[in-house]
Amino acid sequence: MPDQNAVPDRAILLDIFRRTTLINRSDERFRALLTQGKLAIVYYPVRGQEVLSAAMMAALRPDDYLITTYRGVGDQLAKGIPSKLLWAEFTGRATGTCKGKGGPMHITHPETGVMVTTGVVGSGLPIANGLAIASQNKGDGRVTVVSFGDGASNIGAFHEAMNMAQLWKLPVIFLCQNNKFGEHTAFADHTSVPSIVDRAAGYGMKGVKTDGNDPVAMYNTAKAAVDRARAGDGPTLIEAMTFRMLGHLFGADFSYVPKEMTAAGIADDPVPAFRRQLLEMQVAEAELAAIEAEVEAEIDEAVTFAMESPFPEVSELRLDVVAQEIAA
Amino acid sequence: MNAPAQTAPAKINFVQGLHMALDEAMAADENVIALGEDIGDEQGGGVFKITKGLSTKYGRHRIRATPISEQAIIGAAVGAAIAGLRPVAEIMLMNFVTVAMDQIVNHAAKLRFMSGGQTNVPLVIRTTTGAGVGFGGQHSDMLEAWFAHVPGLKVVMASNPADAKGLLLSAIEDDDPVILIENILAYGQQGEAPPPGYRVPLGKAAIARAGTDVTVIAYGRAVNDALAVAEAMAGEGVSVEVVDLRTIAPFDEATVLASVEKTGRAVVVHEAVRAYGTGAEIASRIHEELFDTLKAPVGRIGSTYSPVPFSPPLEKAWIYSQAQISAAIRATIDFKRRA
Ligand SMILES: Cc1ncc(C[n+]2csc(CCOP(=O)(O)OP(=O)(O)O)c2C)c(N)n1
Repeated sequence: MPDQNAVPDRAILLDIFRRTTLINRSDERFRALLTQGKLAIVYYPVRGQEVLSAAMMAALRPDDYLITTYRGVGDQLAKGIPSKLLWAEFTGRATGTCKGKGGPMHITHPETGVMVTTGVVGSGLPIANGLAIASQNKGDGRVTVVSFGDGASNIGAFHEAMNMAQLWKLPVIFLCQNNKFGEHTAFADHTSVPSIVDRAAGYGMKGVKTDGNDPVAMYNTAKAAVDRARAGDGPTLIEAMTFRMLGHLFGADFSYVPKEMTAAGIADDPVPAFRRQLLEMQVAEAELAAIEAEVEAEIDEAVTFAMESPFPEVSELRLDVVAQEIAA
Repeated sequence: MNAPAQTAPAKINFVQGLHMALDEAMAADENVIALGEDIGDEQGGGVFKITKGLSTKYGRHRIRATPISEQAIIGAAVGAAIAGLRPVAEIMLMNFVTVAMDQIVNHAAKLRFMSGGQTNVPLVIRTTTGAGVGFGGQHSDMLEAWFAHVPGLKVVMASNPADAKGLLLSAIEDDDPVILIENILAYGQQGEAPPPGYRVPLGKAAIARAGTDVTVIAYGRAVNDALAVAEAMAGEGVSVEVVDLRTIAPFDEATVLASVEKTGRAVVVHEAVRAYGTGAEIASRIHEELFDTLKAPVGRIGSTYSPVPFSPPLEKAWIYSQAQISAAIRATIDFKRRA
């Protein structure tokens, strides 16, 4: 059992920090533009979950597969989708990852391994098994990560997929981002067990619960699961604890979240905590500031690119429905 | 007590209409229960606030806020219905019925028949959907034709808040499974408040506007588009009759056929993709029954044959338009038989 607290290389930590910053600043920019009325989209914030996604994706190879959800912008950016393409898709432009046809809830970018983004809770898990079957059969050494929320562990697809993955020792990682709420329902009001990771035992699967807001613990947990899967030792269920600091949707009321919980979540904000941790490790302030400035510049460029890109032609409705163009 | 008498509002919206129906049904019959995600007051009274206040009023055994488990929601509702309750199950968005299709199609729809009438499933499934919100491909579909095609299921959709209330009450009181489809963009739409106890009988269409030249048959928000087109075309001397189906399946053939027999022309409009839509069934029945008297083939308007796209200009182009409705009406009027 690798030491959960062993601090990864400085280069790895800085890589996680860069990904964290990219997610955090992108999420902030989306919300700023929405607030200013410069953007009108349905947006699922990832505020509070940045470190989790960053550390998970930092443990992957670029060609590893990812399946994520509507609340996937952190996973997608951390997996490496170029900001420009992502922004263009979120704003419905022809230059987006999916020509503007999929939109924020349906990002696909095979070049960076992002194979499916689903808007249907739990539906990614069985599909992840299929990617993993392909890797197992082809012997390509790829690992598949499927990311989902705590609420998703109550849907049938979760249970069917867990059993199948373990039965066939598939190279897949079930990454549950437990942010303590499923839409408006608190964890304890929707799940019969105290921890989702308890469910792994029911399938004979390895389950690990970790602090998703702690970059070291999260990275080590992710790395161990990735190594296991790549070695052919089968799947892992990771329950990464975090907190959804905002409402389910941008602008949505979240007064149903108890005040103390929100206060505790803000106090535990993983992003400034990670920054402080790096400074304590003698990483220079200037080095962090440089990463932040680079990220801001990348986002500036992406926003401009997206906003200046054309919308798709209406004739696109006839393309990609099936391989052949649909007759007008 | 000298509290001022509560005066009923003159206008209500869909959210209020649906809430009134649930409240009245639950007050009248303790067997009426509701199940669905986020529907309790602890969750803010539902994503669209339709059930707000009901869990406080009727308790958590009757308003059951569920896990995200559509299959278990509908399955449990089927079981409860067989055992004598009258469940109203909410599926947050229509696309998520896919997760529960086995329970709906293989069980809710068929148990009465397969049991030789020993059991029945007085279940209501409320769900909502509609394009134009920017939700993209998995949150916007109109899937009513799937259910209309399954013997044993009834499908209803209101075009105004009063009918939403009246249809929901009738659906709850019906002894068979009924699917009530709502439209996200219509929730805030205002309309006349119905009188207390107002019910809309299942299987009965309404003449939303009388006319003599052509009949437009629609349901849900397409009725409002048809009414707008009818108003505009009245100025051009075209008299359009609008039939609001209210019940999509089984539809009110008598009202539809009587109207088309009078006008001799018909156009069916729905938001669902046109190909294989309910419009095909309705048009076909009109052709079968009124072939001799029709002055033109029945027109059909529906949305584009593709998944609902995200990009705003594509989504706008995807949905049927009022311009298409008026063009289809004109085509029935301009129609010339080949010599
Ligand atoms: C099958 C299905 N049911 C319901 C929904 C509506 N819905 C969207 S997100 C969500 C909550 C999901 O919670 P969780 O899995 O914890 O993920 P989180 O949103 O917290 O990331 C619900 C109920 C859906 N998208 N799919």
